[in-house]
Amino acid sequence: MSKLTFSIGGVHPDDSKLSKDCAIEVLPLPQTVYVSMNQHLGAPAKPLVTVGDKVLAGQVIAEPGGFISAYVHSPVSGTVKSIGPRKDLAGNPAVHVEIAVEGDEWVEGIDFSNDIDVNIKLDREQIIERVKMCGVVGLGGATFPTHVKLCPPPGKTAECLIINGAECEPYLTSDYRIMLEKSKEIVIGAAIMQKALGGCPCVIGIEDNKPEAIAAMSDAVASLPYEGIRVAVLAKRYPQGGEKQLINAVMGREVPPGALPIDAGAVVQNAGTALAVYEAVQKNKPLVTNVLTVTGNCLPVSAQHNYLFRIGTPISFIIEQAGGIPEGAAKVISGGPMMGKAIANLDATTVKGSSSVLYLSEESTRRWKESSCIRCGRCAEACPMGLEPFLLNRLVKAGDLEGLEAAAVMDCIECGCCLYSCPAGIPLLDRIRPAKGQVIGILKARNAKK
Amino acid sequence: MTSTVIWTIAILAGLGLVLALVLFLVARRFRVEEDPRIDEVEKVMPGANCGGCGFAGCRAFAEAAVKAPNLDNNYCPVGGEAVMAQVARILGYEAVKKTPQVAVVRCNGTCEARPRVNEYDGASSCKIKAALYAGDTLCPFGCLGCGDCVEACQFGALSMDPATGLPVVDEEKCTACGSCVKACPKHIIELRNKGPRSMRVFVSCVNKDKGVVARKACANACIGCGKCQKVCAHEAITVEDNLAYIDFAKCKLCKKCVAECPTGAIHAVNFPVLPKKEVTNE
Repeated sequence: MSKLTFSIGGVHPDDSKLSKDCAIEVLPLPQTVYVSMNQHLGAPAKPLVTVGDKVLAGQVIAEPGGFISAYVHSPVSGTVKSIGPRKDLAGNPAVHVEIAVEGDEWVEGIDFSNDIDVNIKLDREQIIERVKMCGVVGLGGATFPTHVKLCPPPGKTAECLIINGAECEPYLTSDYRIMLEKSKEIVIGAAIMQKALGGCPCVIGIEDNKPEAIAAMSDAVASLPYEGIRVAVLAKRYPQGGEKQLINAVMGREVPPGALPIDAGAVVQNAGTALAVYEAVQKNKPLVTNVLTVTGNCLPVSAQHNYLFRIGTPISFIIEQAGGIPEGAAKVISGGPMMGKAIANLDATTVKGSSSVLYLSEESTRRWKESSCIRCGRCAEACPMGLEPFLLNRLVKAGDLEGLEAAAVMDCIECGCCLYSCPAGIPLLDRIRPAKGQVIGILKARNAKK
Repeated sequence: MTSTVIWTIAILAGLGLVLALVLFLVARRFRVEEDPRIDEVEKVMPGANCGGCGFAGCRAFAEAAVKAPNLDNNYCPVGGEAVMAQVARILGYEAVKKTPQVAVVRCNGTCEARPRVNEYDGASSCKIKAALYAGDTLCPFGCLGCGDCVEACQFGALSMDPATGLPVVDEEKCTACGSCVKACPKHIIELRNKGPRSMRVFVSCVNKDKGVVARKACANACIGCGKCQKVCAHEAITVEDNLAYIDFAKCKLCKKCVAECPTGAIHAVNFPVLPKKEVTNE
């Protein structure tokens, strides 16, 4: 089988999938959960409960705050203790609902059996409505509300559904574990989304460093009665799991600058999202749990875990359950080592998109001292979007926002390949990221004038 | 031999004359009429090209000032009244008087008052730091301490105080051009009226968190208790989003609020030190 990959750029970091053999464990319930109202892309959700309310696990506690927004459900049963601003991972305040855990009672109507339900009874509209009501969002990192992605705008049709099982970020193994342990559920989830999108073909893309997952998913596809689903083997290359890169790898198409994947006829959903869709549609279970990896290069493999956690569990609780912060850890990171962010506030809570607690040693997180650009061009070679990070860096320093816009800064996917490849230690992405915000500012001002 | 020399001189001189004529004609044909006052105005400008007036440089300001019907929208904060009077004389306009202003740093979260809770090892730039996270203290509003404002200042009026970790404004050098105001991603620096003999009272905090949270993050934070608002007889103080703000246009410098503030977030600067009572001085 030939291995698919995207056409330009990319880097090859060591994949370090240390926790790949750790089976998924169920994390115990904490005493208190803090459910963020801002755990999806788009407008924050609006709380529907008040202080003192008794809630059941799976009960809706917040409604969408706009078109691009999502329902939020209580992950536990208990009493609402407070609703108010609390600091998130980065230390910025966001509204959280604090729930004191009492027992573990769920709302009625959820099927907890492990039976695999192959028969998709709901029709297109019902599927989308169910996905929306269950608060399913993209679990690949961007947490884009799934029901929005499943309704292509008028005039556009999905020609291919891509299930993203690339998991190209080093260290992370949560998607890998669910592909091994819940392969059939993921395939059924894919088939459900296929039905919602009008029956387009579906490709499950998995990187070749996960042969067991490729085998398990291929078996699941073969054993289930759905048509038009196949597994594609992707080359191990970062950022293979980037939406635009995956479309390029699987379909050989390019998403035009500023356009959405649907403009290229593609809908990309993460493997975890497919599982969440399965649970929502076939089991009526809202998105209140997810799988997260506790790993790192200063943690013995015996102490690494893949946890099934309730969304809203404080990071500090997970760290405590996993045996505390290991010696030699210089940074605790949420997400992968390439795109993840150092956690500034360990009391922060997990959100729908949380994928890992990653401990990295001082050596592997050390910043190089910045020196002059030697014009080697490695950043331009590594950029998977075909940008010229060295040029963007120069334009940022000069404060030339129009120049940045012309140099397509808005196409930057913030994958960090430029920073990773720069031998001069120039914080390229660090400079580009705030500049994107400024360019959005001038674009908005221009649109307002029109 | 002699003839060669003569020929050479003659040809070169002839060539020179012809080209001079061409240049003369071209210069006449394509002459750009420029208001001579632009040059005159530019001459009296400070020449720092700081952009504080809103134009790309002093020349651009001069061009705009000559074109404009009056000087209402064109003011050089660096040159101040003296320069603007000269500009007005050249252009025959009425001089615009503006109250002199100065940059004020509204954060007093010193290293002591605002403990560091994590270590930032990224690129040393406030802008980059602000794009990544809330900062290395519990206050998501306060000074990030990387000195973007110091870098932005063309007059050397700002410096970082290593003891407090906060920028300090040299009021003698500050021209109120506003570069630092634009450079600060946390919007801490504000241009305020300089005040009589540079005396000013202001809230040196921008924390909008609730009192308890703000206090936990920083001992010097404004907790939005509203005591200052109650004691102010001139309605100069407003409290919004748990944060007090003193309107410099209304403030009569009575300093009652300074004594009332439980956290010392209100600063009174450049007041003469009275012999008996001790007054907080910057």
